[in-house]
Amino acid sequence: MERGREGIDPMRGYYDDRIVALSSRLVVPFIQLFALYVVFHGHYSPGGGFQGGAMLAASFLLIRLSVGSDGAQLQFRKGWGTPGSSIGTLIYLVTGLSTLLLGGYFLDYSQLPLGMGESETRSMGILIVEIGVAVAVACTLTAIYDDLVGEEGRRGSPHDA
Amino acid sequence: MKRFVLLVLIAFGALMFYGVSTLPDRADPRAPANLEESAAGSPVAQDYYIRHAYEDAHTPNMVTVILADYRAYDTLGETMVIFAAGLACFLILRRRRQEDLEEWEESEGLEESEESKEDGTRS
Repeated sequence: MERGREGIDPMRGYYDDRIVALSSRLVVPFIQLFALYVVFHGHYSPGGGFQGGAMLAASFLLIRLSVGSDGAQLQFRKGWGTPGSSIGTLIYLVTGLSTLLLGGYFLDYSQLPLGMGESETRSMGILIVEIGVAVAVACTLTAIYDDLVGEEGRRGSPHDA
Repeated sequence: MKRFVLLVLIAFGALMFYGVSTLPDRADPRAPANLEESAAGSPVAQDYYIRHAYEDAHTPNMVTVILADYRAYDTLGETMVIFAAGLACFLILRRRRQEDLEEWEESEGLEESEESKEDGTRS
C-alpha cells in the first residue's frame, strides 16, 4: 500500500500487515464475548459495567490500531462514540428518575414495573444500570481515542501533535 | 544524593511493611470494620450489608449490590464523570484540530519546500 511507505504517523495511517490484521480480527470476538460475560455475570463474580465496558472499548481500539481507523468504521463508527456515551448515562439516569416517578426513592429499583418480586426486581435494576455503565464506558473510551487521532485521510503534519 | 534517596525509600518501605503487618486478617470477626457496633457504639454499615445484601437484591455478589444498589447515587456520579471526560475531549480536541488544520493549510506554502526535503532524506 502507498500509505505504509510514506513514514506517516502510525496512529493515523497504518501499515498493511496481514498477520497483525488477521490475528487481531481473530482475537476481538473472544474479547467482546468475555466483556459481555463480565458485564452480565457481575451478579455472581467479580466484574460489572466499568470493567466490561473497558474490555469492550479495548476490542474496538485493537481493531482501530491493527487495520486503521478507516477499516474500523465497519465495526464501530466514529460518530457513535459521543452519542453512545450519553445514551449509556441516560439509561442510568432514566432508570433512577422512573423509580422516582413511580412513587419510590431516586434509584430505588424495587419500583420498576417488571412483574417480579421486590428483591428480583432490584436484581434486574442492577443489571439495567450495569448495562448503561458498560455502554457509557465503552463508547467514551473509543470516542476519546477517535478525538485524539483526529480526522483520517490527510497526511500527518508536525503541527498536529 | 542517590544514596540518601535509597535510604529514604528503604525507610518508607519498612514503615509500609510495619503498617501492613499490623492489619487484621481478612474476615477476622474481631476486626473493627467487621464488628456489629463501632467503638463509639454506632452500628457499622458493613454488618448490615453482609446480613441483608442477598435478601434485599437477590444477588450473590455483595460488591455489586453495594456498588449498584446501596451506593447507586455514587456510581451514577462516576458514570457522569466518565461522560464529562469524554465530552471535554470532544469539545477541546475537535475544535483545536479544526483551527490547527486551517492554520497549517495557510502556512503550508511557506514550509512545503523544507518538508519535502525532510521526506526525501528520510526515505
